[in-house]
Amino acid sequence: MSEPRPDELIRKMEHKPHQKGWMDTPVNIRKGMYCYASNPKSVEYLGLPNARAWNPLDVDWKLPPDWQEIIHKGFRERLDKFRSFKIFMDVCVRCGACADKCHFFIGTGDPKNMPVLRAELLRSVYRNDFTIAGKILGKIAGAREMTIDVLKEWWYYLFQCTECRRCSVFCPYGIDTAEITIMGRELLNLLGLNIDWIATPVANCYRTGNHLGIQPHAYKDMLDFFVEDIEEVTGVKVEPSFNRKGADILFITPSGDVFADPGTYTAMGYLILFHYLKDMGLDITWSTYASEGGNFGFFTSHETMKRLNKKMYAEAKRLGVKWILGGECGHMWRVINQYMDTMNGPADFLEAPVSPITGTKFENARSTKMVHIAEFMADLIKHKKLKLDPSRNDHLKVTYHDSCNPARGMGILEEPRYVINNVCNHFYEMPSNTIREQTFCCGSGAGLNAGENIELRMAGGFPRANAVKHVHQKYGVNMLACICAVDRAALPPLMDYWVPEVGVTGLTELVANALIVPGEAERTTDLRGEELQGKEEAEDA
Amino acid sequence: MNINYLASLIAVIVLFLLVYVGVEAAGLRYFFGVLLPYLAVIIFIIGFVKKIVGWAKTPVPFRIPTTCGQQETLSWIKPAKIDNPTTGSGVFVRMLLEILCFRSLFRNTKMELREGDKLSYEWEKWLWLFALAFHYSFLTVLLRHLRFFLEPVPGCVKFLESIDGFLQIGLPGIMISGIILLAALLFLLLRRILIPQIKYISLASDYFPLFLIIGIAITGILMRYFTRVDIAGIKELTIGLVTFHPTVPDGGIGGLFYVHLFFVSVLIAYFPFSKLMHLGGIFMSPTRNLTTDTRATRHINPWNYDVKVHTYEEYEEEFREKMIGAGLPVEKES
Repeated sequence: MSEPRPDELIRKMEHKPHQKGWMDTPVNIRKGMYCYASNPKSVEYLGLPNARAWNPLDVDWKLPPDWQEIIHKGFRERLDKFRSFKIFMDVCVRCGACADKCHFFIGTGDPKNMPVLRAELLRSVYRNDFTIAGKILGKIAGAREMTIDVLKEWWYYLFQCTECRRCSVFCPYGIDTAEITIMGRELLNLLGLNIDWIATPVANCYRTGNHLGIQPHAYKDMLDFFVEDIEEVTGVKVEPSFNRKGADILFITPSGDVFADPGTYTAMGYLILFHYLKDMGLDITWSTYASEGGNFGFFTSHETMKRLNKKMYAEAKRLGVKWILGGECGHMWRVINQYMDTMNGPADFLEAPVSPITGTKFENARSTKMVHIAEFMADLIKHKKLKLDPSRNDHLKVTYHDSCNPARGMGILEEPRYVINNVCNHFYEMPSNTIREQTFCCGSGAGLNAGENIELRMAGGFPRANAVKHVHQKYGVNMLACICAVDRAALPPLMDYWVPEVGVTGLTELVANALIVPGEAERTTDLRGEELQGKEEAEDA
Repeated sequence: MNINYLASLIAVIVLFLLVYVGVEAAGLRYFFGVLLPYLAVIIFIIGFVKKIVGWAKTPVPFRIPTTCGQQETLSWIKPAKIDNPTTGSGVFVRMLLEILCFRSLFRNTKMELREGDKLSYEWEKWLWLFALAFHYSFLTVLLRHLRFFLEPVPGCVKFLESIDGFLQIGLPGIMISGIILLAALLFLLLRRILIPQIKYISLASDYFPLFLIIGIAITGILMRYFTRVDIAGIKELTIGLVTFHPTVPDGGIGGLFYVHLFFVSVLIAYFPFSKLMHLGGIFMSPTRNLTTDTRATRHINPWNYDVKVHTYEEYEEEFREKMIGAGLPVEKES
C-alpha cells in the first residue's frame, strides 16, 4: 500500500460534510487510517479482558456475548466516578467553536474528527441509555442505541484523537475531548479493543520497565554506546550509574530516547549534562526498573496508567533518593503533573526538590517531588552555572514546537524558550496561533505513532508541519526543537513528508552541543557528527 | 430541508396552536395562565437542583485543568496567574472572565486553506459577539420583567428600563434589549442553517430552544409595540402567581399573552433536561475551575484504590542473572 503524496492529501482535505446526517453515515474503516489490533499476548500479560486475535477489517470482532451490557455498565460506572465525564456529556451546546481547532479535522476533513462530533459519538449513546429526553424522543433528541456499527465507529474515531486538548482551550465550557477519548478508550478496553501500538508497549513496560521491552543489561549496554559516542565527539568519558542506592536524585526519561535517532542525541545530552554537573555536586542515578518516563497506560485506562506509574515512586523509595528528575516527554509530564501524586502519592519518603548546584527550591514541585529537566536547566543557566558556547549551534536555525501535554496540561512554555535562547543564536517562533497553549499536535500522540496508519499521521500532523514550513521559508529554519519523545519519533517523518530539510531535536541536545565541558577536546562536530560552522574553513585555512 | 430544524419548528408551531386554541376556543385560561406556569416552575426547580446535585455528588478524582499560559515555576519566570491559576483568587478571576465575558470563545479562530496549501487562522469574533449579545440582552429582558412580579416596581428595575430605552423612539419607547435579543437569536439560528459544518453537527435539540425563544421574543415584541394588551390585567395575574393568590382576570388579556407565557413555561420546564444546563455546568467544569498547582498540593481522589503492580522484586527475580552479568547492583545475589 503506498501512501498518498502531499498534494493528494491536501486535495482530500475538503471540509464540506456529507449531505446525509452523521448518524446515517456508517463508519468506513480505511487502511492507512487505523492501527492494528492488540496482540492477545500483551492483553493477557496485563490481565485485561477479552484477549484474542482479532482484525478491525473483519465483520466479527469476537466480542463477549454480553458486550452491550458491559459497555452500559462501564458507562454508568464512569459517569458516577468522574464529574468531568458527566458534565461533558450534559452541557455541550454544539456551538462548533472546537470544529476547526482539531488537527485531525483540519488534516483529514472527516467531519467525525470535529471534536464536537467525536464526543457526540459517545453522547448519542449516553442520551439513549441515561437521559429521559433520549429515552422518550430517541433520534430526534440525538440519541441512538449502542450497536456493533456504533462500537466500530467509536473504535475508529477514538483512535483518531491524540488527546492533545487543543479543542478544550477554545471550548466555552472547557469540554476536553481528551477526557472523552480517555473514557471511550477505557470502555473499548473492557471489550479487549485496544490497538497494538499501545497494548504491547504497555505490556513491555509492565514487565521490563520500559515500552520498548529493553531488558536491564541491554538498557545499560545502550547507554554505554552513548558513552563511547560522546567520547568520540567531546573527548570526555562520562560515567552514568544505574540502580544506585543512596544517590540524591533519580532520573527518569522516556525509553524512546535510548532507542532511536534523533532522541538518542537528547539522551547523550543528559549524560553530558550530568557529567558536567557531577563535580558541582550532582549525585544522580538512572534506573532500569523505572526506565520509562512515558506511560502508554494513560492511553488504555486510568487503572493501567496507575499500574505503570507506580514504579516511579516505588523505585525512588527503594533507592532512597531525595527527589526525581524527569526528562523531556509529553504525556509523561501530564501524568506526573496532574495524576501521579493523586494516584500513587503521597511521596512523603522524598524531600521537596532542591537543586544541589544552585540551591533553588522547586516550590512548584514540593508535593509531587519531581522536577522537569527544562525547569532544572533554566535554573542552572539563570544562575550562570553552565559555561555555554551558543555559536556551536550556529549551523542551526531553530524553531520550537510546544508539545501538547506540557503546554496544555502543565504550562511549561517559557523555560524551554529561555534555554534555547541561551544555547542558540538563531531562534524563530512559529505563528502565534500554532504555539504555546494553541500549539498543534505532531499527529501521532496518544499511542498513534504506528507505521500502518501513516496517512492519518501525515494528515494529522499537517497543521504543525504547515507552521514549520512557514518559518522554514521565511527564515530558513532547519531545526525543530521539542520536549517530547513521541515528537522526536513522529516529527522526523512528518518533516520529510511536508517540509524536507528540517530536522528534529530535543532541548537537551542543543544544550549539550553548546556546553563547554572541562577537559574536552575542541569540538569539530555536533553530537550528530555534523560539521560545526566555521570549523571547516578554519581547518582549510 | 433538514429534519432537525424542521422538527423543532413544527414542535414550536404545534405548541403555539395548542395554547392559542386552548385559550381562545376552549377557554383554558386557568390551565395555561396558572397551572402550567406553576408546574413548569416546579419542574424547573426540581430538575435543576437534581442535575446540579448529581454533578456535585460526582467526585473529581483528578485535577485536570487545561493550562492556557505559563505555569508558576521559577521565581523569575512570570506565571499566567489567570490562565494557569495556582491560587483560588486566580481561579475566581478565570471563572469570572469565562462566565461574564466568554473568554475561551473570545479566542475563537477560523481556519482556512489559502493559496492551495497554506493554513491560516483568522480571529473569528462573530460567534463570541452574538453569543454575548444574546445572553446579556436575554438577561436584561428577564430583569425588566421583574416589573410584572414586584409591586411597587423597584428603583433598579426602573433604572434598567431607562437605560434600555435610552433611544426614546416612538411610543411606547423602544427597548433596545428586545431588538438585540431577536437579532442575536436570528444570527445564531442562521449560522446553524447556513454554515455546512454547523448544520451537520446541529441536533433538533439545538434548534428547538432557538425557535422557542424566538417565539417568546416575537410575542413579547408584538404585545409591546403592535397590539393592545391589558397590562393591568396581566400584572394582576403575574402578581397573583408570585403571591400564591392566583387569579385569572376576566377577558382583556389576549391569546397572545397566553402564547408568550406558555412558551416561557415550556422553556423553563425543558431547561433542566437540555443543553441549556450549561448555565450550571460552566461553574463546575473541572478543566476550568481548579487550581493548577498540582505538583505543589496533593489532590485527593476519594475512590483511589490499590492496583496490581509488577514489583521490583518480581523484576529482579526474572532478570537477576542478566543484571549481575552486566554489573548492575541487585538486592539478592542469587
